[in-house]
Amino acid sequence: MTQVADQSAVQAQALQARWAAARRRSRLLERGGRVLAFVVVVFFAGLFIFPVIWMIITSLKTTPEVFRIPTVWWPSQLMWSNYPDALKVFPFWRYLSNTLQIAVPVTIGTTVSSSLVAYGFSRLRWKGRDIVFYLVLATLMIPQWVTLVPLYILFNNLGWVNTYRPLVVPSFFGDPFSIFLLRQFFLRQPQELVDAGRVDGASHLRVFAQIVIPLARPALAVVALFQFIYTWTDFFNPLIYLSNPDKYTLQLGLFNFFGQHFVDWPGFMAASLVVLSPIVILFFLTQKTFIEGITFTGLRG
Amino acid sequence: MISTMRGQTAQRRSLWRRLRRGEGLVAMLFISPWIIGFLWFQFYPIIGSIYYSLTEYNIMQAPIFIGLANYVNLFQNDDLFVKALTNTAIYTVFSVPLDLAVAFFFALLLNLGIPGRAFFRTAFYFPAVIPSVAVAILWTMLFNAQGGLVNVALGLFGINPIPWLTSPDWAMPSLILLSAWGIGPVVVIFLAGLQDVPRVLYEAAQIDGAGPLSLVRHVTIPMISPVILFNLVIGMIQALQIFAQPYILFGGGGSGANANAGGPLNSVLMYSVQLYQVAFQQFQMGYAAAMAWILFAIIFVLSLTSMRLSNRFVHYE
Repeated sequence: MTQVADQSAVQAQALQARWAAARRRSRLLERGGRVLAFVVVVFFAGLFIFPVIWMIITSLKTTPEVFRIPTVWWPSQLMWSNYPDALKVFPFWRYLSNTLQIAVPVTIGTTVSSSLVAYGFSRLRWKGRDIVFYLVLATLMIPQWVTLVPLYILFNNLGWVNTYRPLVVPSFFGDPFSIFLLRQFFLRQPQELVDAGRVDGASHLRVFAQIVIPLARPALAVVALFQFIYTWTDFFNPLIYLSNPDKYTLQLGLFNFFGQHFVDWPGFMAASLVVLSPIVILFFLTQKTFIEGITFTGLRG
Repeated sequence: MISTMRGQTAQRRSLWRRLRRGEGLVAMLFISPWIIGFLWFQFYPIIGSIYYSLTEYNIMQAPIFIGLANYVNLFQNDDLFVKALTNTAIYTVFSVPLDLAVAFFFALLLNLGIPGRAFFRTAFYFPAVIPSVAVAILWTMLFNAQGGLVNVALGLFGINPIPWLTSPDWAMPSLILLSAWGIGPVVVIFLAGLQDVPRVLYEAAQIDGAGPLSLVRHVTIPMISPVILFNLVIGMIQALQIFAQPYILFGGGGSGANANAGGPLNSVLMYSVQLYQVAFQQFQMGYAAAMAWILFAIIFVLSLTSMRLSNRFVHYE
């Protein structure tokens, strides 16, 4: 009997020792590993960021310095004039105004229409709701290439080609991804809020506008932000629908600048930086919202 | 005749009543933007696209119905189509696993509790915010054979300059490498997945004597397999449709008068680029519609297959 007790005590001790050893080993490994990981992360992060730093440095070089061997790591004289020079050939302000004329209505249209639709898919009870919602999600699977040709022909027949309408109008009819995101968010709000409003005699539109929407600000911010950045950076749709250079967006204008003018790398870099900086600044200002939105799409998508 | 009409009115009236009784009618009003948008921008174009794919249509003249001739021609007489299909397959097969592996590696590193994690996460995400036109212009410069930064860096290791964008052998590797620069969103999604893995599991495995590698292999990977599947499917769908980068990298400026959106000897002619050229430079709308349907079929089958296969590998809680 005592033998058995002894044995189990010995076993327990051995187990404890093993456990402690494992702990110690893993802590040591963890510390060593963490230092190593830090070094590796710094290296790769540098590798990821450096092209952009190089972009800035190049934008301040003279043309012969760009590809000179041995490499000019820092220009002897910073050519700040490259920026005004580039903006002389690259009409930034016009392109900016054009881009905003598209991006602002698209952002408003998507946010408003998608939240209305999302309310219908979350806060109202009706037969077949979930089946129809799956249909909304299924449309996400359809590549834009499939609808491209008939849509182009349709917009062409409407006389909309070379106007902003093909780029703006569709956004007022709900965007499946935004509908999905907002629906998930609305569903997390307590149904009692809606019911209480309804008992007080408020119409659904009022419940929507005065109860649901104010509480959904974070989700609306994600939708608006994504849509704005998407529209700002979109290259494909403007390429398809806009042919008049006066109507070009920033992206299309930059592409055109890159294609038409003689090779002027400092100028290309300066123009690119001017085009990308607003979006990068917006990204840094809204980083938390942004990363949350990305995470949300990935884990619950 | 009259009785069926009466039946229809009765039916309509009961539908009306059903809508009124529940919240159906209000709901229809709320989702009506989507219904209209769906019919206008999705349903009609899909039906139209099937029709156009069976026609010869150059926008100027009325479409001529030619049956399946477009599809037959694509596979039998169109070398560029086959080339584009092959190139896109090669690009997808190499870029997607590479990007997933690199992103997973970065996420693992960031998840080790190193200081300044949020900063590094932003650093890896940052390139993905840069608009594709600027990305392509920047990398046209970085990939320049003489004095481009990539070759300068390789030169430090004694590697001879590589004609990245101008040689048919290197154009595809350039494009694949470039795809790794935009993996930020994948890193962020992986990292969020990693943070959801309970620490207890690691501790339990460590007590059983698992080393760091077997922790990743037997704890991390099974636990985040749904996230891997998600990134894989999305990555495939995006890779198969890649357009802006090859189009600008090879068809934009920089390469001068002999710019070809398909790259040197069409070695990086991508499916979407070819589709765009067929539709908007050659104005063969019917032919382009047929190409779009083939792309859709490929995407559909691949997504479905990976979901099916995944049942065997993916672990859901």
